[in-house]
Amino acid sequence: MSLIAVITIFILAMFVGLEVIAKVPQTLHTPLMSATNAIHGVVLVGGIYVLAVATEPIGYGVGFLATVFGVLNVVGGFVVTDRMLEMFKRKPKPAAATAPKGGE
Amino acid sequence: MRINDIIDIAYLITAVTFMLAMKLMNGPKTARQGNLLAAAGMTLALVATFFLQNGEHTIMQDHQGGLKVINLGLIALAFLVGGVIGTWSARKVQMTAMPQMVALFNGLGGGAVALVAVLEFREFAQTGIFEPVPLGTSVLSLVIGSISFSGSMIAFAKLQELMTGRPITYPGQKFVNFVLFTSAIVLIVFLIGFTHSFPLFLGLFALALVLGVVFVLPIGGADMPVVISLLNSFTGCAAGLAGFVLGNTALLIGGGLVGASGLILTLQMCKAMNRTLSNVIFGAFGSVDTTAAAGGTAHQGTVRSFSAEDAAIVFSSANSVIIVPGYGMAVAQAQHVVKELANKLAARDIDVKYAVHPVAGRMPGHMNVLLAEADVPYEQLYDLDEINSAFAECDVALVIGANDVVNPAARYDKASPIYGMPILDVDKARTVIVCKRSMNPGFAGIENELFFLPNCVMLFGNAKQSIAKLSAALEEV
Repeated sequence: MSLIAVITIFILAMFVGLEVIAKVPQTLHTPLMSATNAIHGVVLVGGIYVLAVATEPIGYGVGFLATVFGVLNVVGGFVVTDRMLEMFKRKPKPAAATAPKGGE
Repeated sequence: MRINDIIDIAYLITAVTFMLAMKLMNGPKTARQGNLLAAAGMTLALVATFFLQNGEHTIMQDHQGGLKVINLGLIALAFLVGGVIGTWSARKVQMTAMPQMVALFNGLGGGAVALVAVLEFREFAQTGIFEPVPLGTSVLSLVIGSISFSGSMIAFAKLQELMTGRPITYPGQKFVNFVLFTSAIVLIVFLIGFTHSFPLFLGLFALALVLGVVFVLPIGGADMPVVISLLNSFTGCAAGLAGFVLGNTALLIGGGLVGASGLILTLQMCKAMNRTLSNVIFGAFGSVDTTAAAGGTAHQGTVRSFSAEDAAIVFSSANSVIIVPGYGMAVAQAQHVVKELANKLAARDIDVKYAVHPVAGRMPGHMNVLLAEADVPYEQLYDLDEINSAFAECDVALVIGANDVVNPAARYDKASPIYGMPILDVDKARTVIVCKRSMNPGFAGIENELFFLPNCVMLFGNAKQSIAKLSAALEEV
């Protein structure tokens, strides 16, 4: 990929991030942060790569550590987010379910 | 079509799932699917990586096409170790401890970025091929990743109370930080522009770790949500930069998304406190606790203390109650008893609402998560803007372990450190009942004149016990 293509992708991604986040309600900010936290764990792809191409002890050691960190970030992040969101998904009380917000 | 092209498409699909996932986070009903979608996308990217071609064979095969047993074994072991510990800790952690958990996982992500950068640079050094872009991005991702790692670890230690949660300051701190920061810049320029020395690179690694520590040390308790969000943004940017080196769209887009969204959240929180980001980072807010409290305000009024029974009587004659949760509720794990109390009030036809300040707790939306855990329907939770006009018509405002976010001084007292911060107008309620452990000032170290107002009474004690007693006393009335 050319440098300019890479920069373009990166900048566009940032704008998408700005757009989609601005609409998330405060109620979901903690799970949102936790989910984005898990998403940046995608660097695990890099961890797997450097460990796969490692050929000697330092490469193995550092690559292994990077991969463990990455797995912790990804797995922990997604599991914790799911736990939180599960609580939000519980059905609201029947009365509250139909009433629009603030309407009493 | 080469296999690597197919893998690139897989990475692109992953990136799309990330974007869709964040869009699904817009509502509580779809948020969980969003998270699962992102997890599925992540799995796809990870699986695809195993099939990356390096010359004739995949990166998991040697030159003869045989499997690299050691590397694969280590990867499997890393997944086992990380997967088991990650799942276990994520399942065990208390909802109240969520901020430090997020800080910890975030830091590990930053650490992973930094370590990947170390191996990349080492390979450049071994092959002697230093192309400007991979070189520059690996140096930058090292620095940002390391700052995120050590900064998050300090944030974790502060939130877990392994060390004091207050800002840590010392004479000459700003000068020391300035020197450290400048040295880092010089090293970065040197490494990219002049000598591509691996030992120097490791020196920069160490320096960046120190920078992360000194960056978070002077930032105190109530500002923690801002820092965690900012560090999250850092790790995102670092991961995106790592994507530059690897030419990987999943990293580029995932990192870019997180970098930007973390920054937006950070700025939103600063706005909620009516402070600038630089004031949060460099302000050492609340470090002068005793002096500020003594100098800023001098209260002549008296504080009235109620027993649970007295408070129950106030509630029994109310028509509407607004509950204002704060960090004290989290510390005492009081969310379940609060919900019980709310149930009893609702059974008496008393209208119950919850008012959540944007910076209540130690992370954005912290209170919402705790109340959701206690099964409080999210329709009963209101933001500052939505609820503030309702206090004037409400009979009882029950403040549980919140302090600075209900301090009326923020409205007019220019000498107060929290002057200008939008607050919840609990003082406008007919009666304010404040559940608090003692008269100690809150995290910002400021005395709260609310407690001295004639319509305010205190319910001293641990939030969980106090609310449970109140709840029991309500049965008797």
